[in-house]
Amino acid sequence: MFPLTEENKHVARLLFNTGTCPRCIFRFCGVDFHAPYKLPYEELLNELRKFLKTGKDELILEVPNPPPKKIRLQELEDRNDNMNQNGEGRLSVIEDGSIASKNSNLNVCNVCLGILQEFCEKDFIKKVCQKVEASGFEFTNLVLSVSFPPQLSVREHAAWLLVKQEMGKQSLSLGRNDIVQLKEAYKWITHPLFSEELGVPIDGKSLFEVSVVFAHPETVEDCHFLGTICPDCFKPAKNKQSVFTRMAVMKALNKIKEEDFCKQFPCPPNSPKAVCTVLEIECAHGAVFVAGRYNKYSRNLPQTPWIIDGERKLESSVEELISDHLLTVFKAESFNFSSSGREDVDVRTLGNGRPFAIELVNPHRVHFTSQEIKELQQKINKSSNKIQVRDLQLVTREAIGHMKEGEEEKTKTYSALVWTNKAIQKKDIEFLNDIKDLKIDQKTPLRVLHRRPLAVRTRVIHFMEAHYVDAHHFRLYLKTQAGTYIKEFVHGDFGRTTPNIGSLMNVTADILELDVESVDVDWPPALDD
Amino acid sequence: MATEPEAAEPVVPSLVDRYFTRWYKADVKGKPCEDHCILQHSNRICVITLAGSHPVLQSGKTIKSISYQISTNCSRLQNKGAQFLTELAPLCKIYCSDGEEYTISSCVRGRLMEVNENILHKPSILQEKPSTEGYIAVVLPKFEESKSITEGLLTQKQYEEIIVKRINATTATS
Repeated sequence: MFPLTEENKHVARLLFNTGTCPRCIFRFCGVDFHAPYKLPYEELLNELRKFLKTGKDELILEVPNPPPKKIRLQELEDRNDNMNQNGEGRLSVIEDGSIASKNSNLNVCNVCLGILQEFCEKDFIKKVCQKVEASGFEFTNLVLSVSFPPQLSVREHAAWLLVKQEMGKQSLSLGRNDIVQLKEAYKWITHPLFSEELGVPIDGKSLFEVSVVFAHPETVEDCHFLGTICPDCFKPAKNKQSVFTRMAVMKALNKIKEEDFCKQFPCPPNSPKAVCTVLEIECAHGAVFVAGRYNKYSRNLPQTPWIIDGERKLESSVEELISDHLLTVFKAESFNFSSSGREDVDVRTLGNGRPFAIELVNPHRVHFTSQEIKELQQKINKSSNKIQVRDLQLVTREAIGHMKEGEEEKTKTYSALVWTNKAIQKKDIEFLNDIKDLKIDQKTPLRVLHRRPLAVRTRVIHFMEAHYVDAHHFRLYLKTQAGTYIKEFVHGDFGRTTPNIGSLMNVTADILELDVESVDVDWPPALDD
Repeated sequence: MATEPEAAEPVVPSLVDRYFTRWYKADVKGKPCEDHCILQHSNRICVITLAGSHPVLQSGKTIKSISYQISTNCSRLQNKGAQFLTELAPLCKIYCSDGEEYTISSCVRGRLMEVNENILHKPSILQEKPSTEGYIAVVLPKFEESKSITEGLLTQKQYEEIIVKRINATTATS
């Protein structure tokens, strides 16, 4: 059923005569239910013409056959052309704005520049969906993100002023909110088409985003007058991007006085020669997160790749040994590895291991059963004896917060092999067992002073347990506050960590080996097996 | 002459052996035997210390007091506005009970990161453990200069040769 009524006729006629497409006419007449917009363009055009053809004192709208010589028309370029490159249609429109022959649905709308003409119809949607399917993403829903050229806002504004004036003649008012937004109407029409073509629902919260960006090079300068009249709305351009962003243009349009606008920009907007071009059609999946705990059994493995001047100093790294497999299976672009603290190259991580979380960026595959994750864990563990992982599982973004908490707040236990210059006996180390909650002051260790600010950190050694080995060696187990530098507590770091084992025992002490025995964080949740 | 006690057969490389390279500057500012030892960490941080041959470390010397020659504006615990030193910049003055005064110089160009306050409170540490707890200061050379700063310094071997020469010269004249 045609949604326009008698009272819409003046406005509809005005818009139609000045080159506005049927769907935009609906919008300006406040048609706010979906059904009319979804009808095919041709049908809408015909119905509109019929609707406007009444009475004696209106313009003659029917174009006589054959078309007058003044009208030059040209079919749209073959729609099988690569839409990504050039979705333009080429048209000529008579300067006085009279409509083209009914054989052509080819006037480029002076308001939407084709967005609500061909770009919301099945053929175009199919093209987009082909690209989506070719991209190889796994998805069960999607969110559609559409970007229109900023000059559409300017044209919309001009059309609104025009219609407002017309309605004023009939003592009717028209607020901006009475008009249906272009993007809204676009989504009403296209969402069901996408759903049908791809077989998944549209969901605003979906992690899988299909984004379509339109541009209209021909009218890029339509916005420029705003820069002159409202210069404070436009911030200096970064990275060669245009100053005329949608946000800035909207801001200026809200500010500019009607009279000033009409002086600078034609109301109604003029008809362009071509429709919008499709600048890009991209798909991307939001990051997914995998967490677990790792053990490190090598004393020759850095946490992150160790590369100096383009040369790799040590083979591999903890993060690569774990993440490389995930990258492959999730078909992700890249990863970000974080863990609850970390250990030096020459330190092992024993016990339950250290919690880690990996962000997989733009994964193409995201659905895994817990069985599949278990198998992935086994695969990682089989591939290297330098590290092992456990409790591998998918988690949410909140995971990263848990990592930080673990790093800064949770205690750790260690075992160190200590050397002393003076010969010792069992009784010389027994007193260490009785020391509880020892406060130590640690200046930033010399070995990290080149990249950390000089500061003094107070830390607590909660308890210690010393096990005699021989006259110059003993094993020290200790539980410490997060952020304690263990090596420096043992050798004293030139007296910059006090007290230290050396000062407590009145010897010169050094650390030969260090192992992390536990990282006392109960996250991620332990899994069976 | 007391030299730095080098373990004849080190069972375990010391902390300094493991992380630092020893560089020397002899007769700093032309003053005989006022030898400095710069410990350069693998991360390019330099710890300025006295070499074992320095007069202050000889037996019989007592240190009365040490004072740092730094403007009071230099905040020792912040990196902002830290001083940039040239090789000849004085770090501190050591006053001995026998009236002798010794100026310790930076020997390397770089940003002064820290001075050792422990030796201010207890100067004897400087003599007991000159290579570790008794260090003078920490200097961080510019990244671009981290290799070139050692060009004007002596290696361990070169330093030892100089020591030998001195001993021979003394023996010859005595």
